[in-house]
Amino acid sequence: MNTNHTREITYLEAVREAMIQEMRLNKEVFLIGEDVGTYGGAFGVSKGMLEEFGPERIRDTPISEAAIAGAATGAALMGMRPVMEVMFMDFLTISTNQLVNQAAKMRFMFGGKCSIPMVIRAPSGSGTGAAAQHSQSLEAWFVNVPGIKVVAPSSPYDAKGLLIAAIRDNNPVLFMEHKLLYRLKGPVPEEPYTIPLQSAEVKREGRDLTIVAYSIMVPRALEAAEKLAAEGIEVEVVDPRSLKPLDKETIIRSVSKTGRVLITHEAPGTGGYGGELAAVIAGSAAFDYLDAPIRRLAGRDVPIPYNRTLEQAAVPQVEDIVAAARELAQEGR
Amino acid sequence: MTAQKTKANIVATSGSHRLLKELPHAKLTWMLQRMCEIRYFEEKAEDLYMRGLVHGTMHLSIGQEATSVGSIATLRPEDLIIHHHRGHGHTIAKGADLTTMMAEFLGKETGYCRGRGGSMHIADISGGNMGATGVVGGGIPTAVGIALALQMRRSEQVLLSYFGDGATNEGEFHESLNMASTWKLPVVFICDNNQYGMSMHVSRVMNIANISERAASYGIPGQSVDGNDVLAVYEAVLGAVEHARSGKGPSLIDCVSYRWRGHSKSDRNLYRTQEEIEEWKRKCPIRRFKKVLIEAVVMTDSETEAIDQTAKATIEHAAEVAQTFPEPSPEHMEEEVYAL
Ligand SMILES: Cc1ncc(C[n+]2csc(CCOP(=O)(O)OP(=O)(O)O)c2C)c(N)n1
Ligand SMILES: [Mg+2]
Repeated sequence: MNTNHTREITYLEAVREAMIQEMRLNKEVFLIGEDVGTYGGAFGVSKGMLEEFGPERIRDTPISEAAIAGAATGAALMGMRPVMEVMFMDFLTISTNQLVNQAAKMRFMFGGKCSIPMVIRAPSGSGTGAAAQHSQSLEAWFVNVPGIKVVAPSSPYDAKGLLIAAIRDNNPVLFMEHKLLYRLKGPVPEEPYTIPLQSAEVKREGRDLTIVAYSIMVPRALEAAEKLAAEGIEVEVVDPRSLKPLDKETIIRSVSKTGRVLITHEAPGTGGYGGELAAVIAGSAAFDYLDAPIRRLAGRDVPIPYNRTLEQAAVPQVEDIVAAARELAQEGR
Repeated sequence: MTAQKTKANIVATSGSHRLLKELPHAKLTWMLQRMCEIRYFEEKAEDLYMRGLVHGTMHLSIGQEATSVGSIATLRPEDLIIHHHRGHGHTIAKGADLTTMMAEFLGKETGYCRGRGGSMHIADISGGNMGATGVVGGGIPTAVGIALALQMRRSEQVLLSYFGDGATNEGEFHESLNMASTWKLPVVFICDNNQYGMSMHVSRVMNIANISERAASYGIPGQSVDGNDVLAVYEAVLGAVEHARSGKGPSLIDCVSYRWRGHSKSDRNLYRTQEEIEEWKRKCPIRRFKKVLIEAVVMTDSETEAIDQTAKATIEHAAEVAQTFPEPSPEHMEEEVYAL
């Protein structure tokens, strides 16, 4: 990485830059989705891309999520590398047959004779007042489907490196983009680079407890860690970045060091990915080092409400993380 | 932007003048009043939004008032509707309490959905509004189920199912029309056709000129009407409602209109020209209806203005009262998720 060429850009710009650079490199990469062309995407991610690549490769579609997912799957089966944008992660419900029963299964089911190199970009999460049908985090569903990879970057740097890696990956990769992260700024190298999909990162070092967080929960956990540091509690924040495949080692190493772990995500707790993380930790060598039970802080088991106060109360906020981590740090001491 | 726009082949208003004579004065007054209320409600919603009093999103139907009012005017009070994200018009036309509706828009505990749903999800179940869906096309299969229940219970009620032009490209639309037509369910499918999805003109996303042509695939009546002519909408939907009520099954009515505002909140209008927007503003359905009423000597100029001003005052009052209502509390949300 040549740091001379690093500048501050937003998460949204990082996603766009990754697509642009891969499309320049490889003619077989194209973007397909609703309003991605003229409109530049519902969140403006593909703004300007139509001008450079034209309507064939920045392909505006009818409102037809099943056919969009099928078009991407079929093109990928032919060896192209489609990036499909679904306008909100919630609408993957409509694409699910193609993604779960076709894209995820074809390679194995056809005896390894084909591969499906596609990316599904999905704006996820709550916080915009869009209510129950435009605010979900559905990663747990997809993690449970063999054949699909799931990535959830939390910073502009990670977004670019992971998206390029996802486009180059030979499998369907669900790429979650939290809407509240789009405006987050951070240093990103100008040139293309990749981050291996199975690589967690320690976002902050600390000795007292580990917080495992991904997507929007990473900046929230880092902010919580700052506050706790002022109280003398040193928190280590680990971001798996990719939920599947999962870099277990980095997490296990951290928990073995701190002896306490808080797992947090925005999706509801019941059946959530945090349960998988907890099982990985409990079933590992880190178990012997645990000084307190593994804790989870997840979204409440409710649809996301419209009202702002209710909406915020439905998912973990910085203060909730601070409170949970503080309690955990003191537990059994 | 260079998309070739096929002019929809819209059936001309045949019965407007007859209807002006046949419909009771009170009905015509009701129509104009509801159209004005919808317009003022949405202008107020926009104003509250601009002033930062609303957290969330909204989709305005300014310019499309004739479609919701003309269609719902054909219903009996016990009939039902189910609709979509651009749903303020349907909700008001179905007789919603404007203060309760404004309260929902503002996310208040006293709103129709107790602040849980918001602008995009207003439902008034006891008033026969079975709710708005934010997932494009998502309400159409549900409409099949509602109509199925009506049929199985030998009810005389009918259902109007609303959706946008863009929604007719979802598989759910096609599966639903097929099923409803096969079972001759008592539902009228109404396309609130404002000619665009978010940015995509209908001509860029379908290979036919009129959405009503899709009815042919399901062997049901289909008609495209001038959605800015409240009486034309009334006439077309009335026939379809009678068809449904008499057990002959569903129809598809395509009401061609135009949304004046951006898709949601605001947008940069990169997909259409300012001239096009201005052209459609000149076809304002409310101004047009007033003119028709005055020219046919059904109402005087001052009568239409009085209706207009009453509507405006009603909305002002609703917005003022709604802002004083209490916020919901997040404490017991889990208890609200499952029925007891
Ligand atoms: C299944 C689904 N896909 C995409 C969206 C995002 N979206 C919201 S409204 C809209 C356009 C809908 O167009 P149309 O059906 O014509 O209704 P209109 O908004 O014009 O009233 C889109 C793409 C959505 N809400 N649901
Ligand atoms: Mg439309």
